[in-house]
Amino acid sequence: MPGSSQLLEVRWHGRGGQGAVTASTILAEAASYEGLYVQAFPEFGPERRGAPVKAYTRISRTPIRSRAPIANPDIVVVLDPSLPPTHYLQGLKSDGFLVINSKLPARDIVSKLGVSRVVVVDATAIALRTIKAPIVNVAMLGALARVVSMVSLESIARATLKTLFNVKLEGPLDSLIRSSILGEAALGNLEALVEAYRLAEVVEV
Amino acid sequence: MQVLEGYVKQVRVMLNSNYAVAYAVRDVDVDVIAAYPITPQTGVVEKLAEMIANGELDAEMIHVESEHSALSAIIGASAAGARVFTATSSQGLEYMHEVLHIASGMRLPLVMSVATRALSAPINIWCDYSDLMNVRDSSWITFIASTAQEVYDTIVEAYMVAEDPRILLPVIVAYDGFWMSHTYEPLYVAEDKSYVRTLVPRRDRVKLDPQKPVTMGALVGPDWYYEIKYQQVAAMSEAYEAIREYDRVIGRAFGRFYEPVEAYKMDDAEIAILTYGGIYGSLVEAVDRLRGEGYKVGAIRLRLWRPFPVDDIVRVARGVSKLLVVDRAISYGASIAGPVALEVIASLHRAGLDLDVVSYVAGIGGRPVTESDFEGMFKLALKLGRRAREIGTIYWGVRGVSYD
Repeated sequence: MPGSSQLLEVRWHGRGGQGAVTASTILAEAASYEGLYVQAFPEFGPERRGAPVKAYTRISRTPIRSRAPIANPDIVVVLDPSLPPTHYLQGLKSDGFLVINSKLPARDIVSKLGVSRVVVVDATAIALRTIKAPIVNVAMLGALARVVSMVSLESIARATLKTLFNVKLEGPLDSLIRSSILGEAALGNLEALVEAYRLAEVVEV
Repeated sequence: MQVLEGYVKQVRVMLNSNYAVAYAVRDVDVDVIAAYPITPQTGVVEKLAEMIANGELDAEMIHVESEHSALSAIIGASAAGARVFTATSSQGLEYMHEVLHIASGMRLPLVMSVATRALSAPINIWCDYSDLMNVRDSSWITFIASTAQEVYDTIVEAYMVAEDPRILLPVIVAYDGFWMSHTYEPLYVAEDKSYVRTLVPRRDRVKLDPQKPVTMGALVGPDWYYEIKYQQVAAMSEAYEAIREYDRVIGRAFGRFYEPVEAYKMDDAEIAILTYGGIYGSLVEAVDRLRGEGYKVGAIRLRLWRPFPVDDIVRVARGVSKLLVVDRAISYGASIAGPVALEVIASLHRAGLDLDVVSYVAGIGGRPVTESDFEGMFKLALKLGRRAREIGTIYWGVRGVSYD
């Protein structure tokens, strides 16, 4: 698992409209359910659809004091594979994970980008199938959950419902994904989360 | 800051500092809000509009065409007895400038949040404190918060202070644009807003009333204007003691005890670094790292900007031989360009203390100020020694400028 047992730093890369900033806050909200200290913030700029976007999530067992941008992340999450690798790989720890939305097999990503630890998922296909729109952030959270030990998939599911739909639900994941009070959009997002978790390919070389 | 259990029951929530403002404004039950959107403050009034729309807050939202009108509108509402609020940043605060003086001169208990931001030109939407420092002489009591938690607590405190009959001055609660306004973090808020409403009871004051007519903001000639202005001087000075009382009220209620000046590892410190706002956390990290290298260094945070806590600064700085002050604003052409550094030097002068104060300007226009920056500033100050005085102000991190 990446990160120390005390601190996990995640950097998100996407394009305006894909939900990278929202994903950074969902992960933080989820970690807060685990009683952890958290911080989530965007790399601030004028908000434009399609423009490259960065966001950060810090998760810690001790109070977080620094508000500085994360220069050396434990995990980099890439929502849009068309972003330049020099940009998103910058500062990634040598034992860090790249979690990327791609149709390519994980082995190809490893050899192409020269990184040793990769999680790959075709989040665009999952999002189109489950929520009928190319908004991949929740699917990417599912893939990320494969390599994060501090935050459970169930907490991420609850935080997704809270952040996107202002619904506060508790209970095991099985009951959440079958909840009768949830609408089609909410259930679609939970399905995207669980599908991506299941289909993500994890490779360490 | 000391943390104990307060008597107000609280819940842990995830908010950014903009939303923390909105929650506090809701909890103190304001009557009238007027604001004009400006980045990075906009989230405050968006959230308040949502709270009004969904029935969480029973207040009037006045849509205006500018910040000048926003402040003017709440001046009118406050004069009529309403509890009021507005929020702004940067150019918006500048556009209010003449009205700021009218608000304080009329002794109206307004509360305004400022998500601090650089000033144009060139256009820059990111954080520094140029906007806030430009309004320091407008007779507004001014707090600078460092966390979303403190933003929430201080907005509540601001209404206590502003509406105190001994004070009756408007209050600004400032915090870093983006670095705080857009950063989600956990904080505790009152579980039930009725708790907060009892903390900030409605008080009687002079107001516009057709049954009992008064004139406010009238013309005053040279014969009395000066005396009326001196009353503002007296109120600002008296505000200090009142703020200390309300620090304790907030402390008992919420369990968080704030000080006008906060100190970290200052007991045996030989050198100290002082700053304010959201970068204080990085300073504390840097102090821990420098302590690890054997330096006896401490951190100081300024929370109260107006009235300036002269005695607290003197008390906390008395033992050190060198004091670095890191400002995020430039007073162009000044003897010392850091606005807070200048105040610190004047405070030490009043106490007859002559220690090396090193004025740094950093973080202009949203440039990050990290732990490494503070370490670098510390080591450069050691290297420069007394020469730092001749330099006056060190512009940290500007391309093409070197002090070695």
